[in-house]
Amino acid sequence: MKGKVIKYEQDNIDTDVILPGPYLKLHEHSELAEHAMEGMDPDFHSKVKNASIIVTGNNFGCGSSREHAPIALSASGIEAVLALSFARIFYRNAVDGAYLLPIEIDEKTYSSISENDELEIDTKKNEIMNTTKKETYPMKPFPELIGKIIEAGGLFKYKP
Amino acid sequence: MNITEKILARASGEPKLEPGDVKFAKIDKVMLHDVSGPGVIKTFEKLEKDGVIKVDKLFDPSMIWVTEDHFVPSVDKISAENIVKLSDFTNRFGIKKHFKYGMGQYGICHSMSHEEGLVSPGELYVGGDSHTNTTGALGAFACGLGHTDIAYAILHGKLWFKVPETLYFKLNGKLPENVMAKDFILRIIGDITTEGAAGKAMQFGGDGISDMSVESRLTLTNMTTEAGAKNGIIEPDQKVFDYISERGISEYDAVYDDDDAQYEKTFEYNASELEPVVAKPFSPQNVSTVRETNNIEIDKSYIGSCTGAKYEDLVAAAKILKGKKVKVRTEVLPATISIYKKATENGLTQIFIDAGAVVGPPTCGACCGAQMGVLAKDEVCVSTTNRNFPGRMGHLESKTYLASPLVTAASAITGKLTDPRDL
Repeated sequence: MKGKVIKYEQDNIDTDVILPGPYLKLHEHSELAEHAMEGMDPDFHSKVKNASIIVTGNNFGCGSSREHAPIALSASGIEAVLALSFARIFYRNAVDGAYLLPIEIDEKTYSSISENDELEIDTKKNEIMNTTKKETYPMKPFPELIGKIIEAGGLFKYKP
Repeated sequence: MNITEKILARASGEPKLEPGDVKFAKIDKVMLHDVSGPGVIKTFEKLEKDGVIKVDKLFDPSMIWVTEDHFVPSVDKISAENIVKLSDFTNRFGIKKHFKYGMGQYGICHSMSHEEGLVSPGELYVGGDSHTNTTGALGAFACGLGHTDIAYAILHGKLWFKVPETLYFKLNGKLPENVMAKDFILRIIGDITTEGAAGKAMQFGGDGISDMSVESRLTLTNMTTEAGAKNGIIEPDQKVFDYISERGISEYDAVYDDDDAQYEKTFEYNASELEPVVAKPFSPQNVSTVRETNNIEIDKSYIGSCTGAKYEDLVAAAKILKGKKVKVRTEVLPATISIYKKATENGLTQIFIDAGAVVGPPTCGACCGAQMGVLAKDEVCVSTTNRNFPGRMGHLESKTYLASPLVTAASAITGKLTDPRDL
């Protein structure tokens, strides 16, 4: 996949800001998309018109188990989140529900990528190409089972 | 193996497991509520429409229980429709254990798990809510998940797990007067940070834990979620067996650490050195002693949630509020109907009302910004709840200080963050 970057240079972006609690009663994906990142970035919807990758720091998606968070991002057009690390339930929801790719990157990659850079992600080679800066970075390979679930298109399509 | 590894090994039919192993394991119990339940229904609808699955029956309806807590009593048309959908779902699939508001016992899912004896020691329990970790205080592996995983669990009766590393927290000695389990877990999160236990198990032990009531232990495991833990767990003892026996559970297969159990790291705390603390906005790791906050003025005091509205929490708050008047708006929302009933029978409700507080129905309420006391811009709240991220309890520019029921009640009567020892 490829796309442009929205960069949030901070750690611990929690699910309460990705999709605030009052909207937990909503379950239509398009309705959830309207409230994505409402707790921290009022410009998210204009940014996501031209971008499909979020790059951010440690512990992305910490807090609640709400699957509404990866759904809201995915339904807004986000296809991958590149983070230094992920909170466990967000990561698992993203993979098992097949909403978006949660990709772990290292500090050097994190600091090299800028807002609006265009990236191409190759999950076969475990490489990230920055076509704006003409650079290539490593991505942490998915653990075996995670890779298989992603390839199958989510937990329900995976045959153990 | 330690208790977490042993429960996962037993559930996956393996003689031995180590941290990092990934296995499918058999699930004993599953919980859904009025947010994750409609999420599961939506997931099934979508997968059926796409031709991926056909849901004629569930793996075993008796392993599932359902409660209503986040948006109840219904706050608007959407939440009312979610409750109707949930009832249709439990009727259609023969789920008998559906605790409905306004029809006797119901309440916050995690408090229901122990109040109703829905989970036993040694079981593998998953719930569609992050604070499912709470129930690990009964000696179960208890873990929160999103609704796709919960849908898979109720359809197939199993799920994949990566065996976590375990961090062991040893408490030496009895907690001093006016210091509660909430102060201990906040101190731990302040020390290890909100990602300090990411994907790991947090196990508690030592004579300080043996000395604690079951309800206090539930406060510890509840907030392991805030440190990023996969599960929180405590080896069961006679206190746990008595507690569940009072709730009608007589058969269980308890699991304990082996003599050679391993932990990734052990942290030791001396109870005598612990003090009343708060987590300041906007993170549960932003911990300082109450005295260090220099009596910050507050607008509200909130006693509620799975973390801080168990019976024991209400007893602690009532001890402070008895015969006093609150200086700021104060809410008390008992976590379940059974707790509400016991609080009323024992005069606590009267104490709260006499002090000027409002006593409301069991609900997650303002803890997750849903309803009943959400905060306005710039309002400052002291709360027995578990999270204080921006906007968690209402307006993005409101502020929440997380604290024990004693600190929350003491602050209610002074109008400032107050150490109960200074009253």
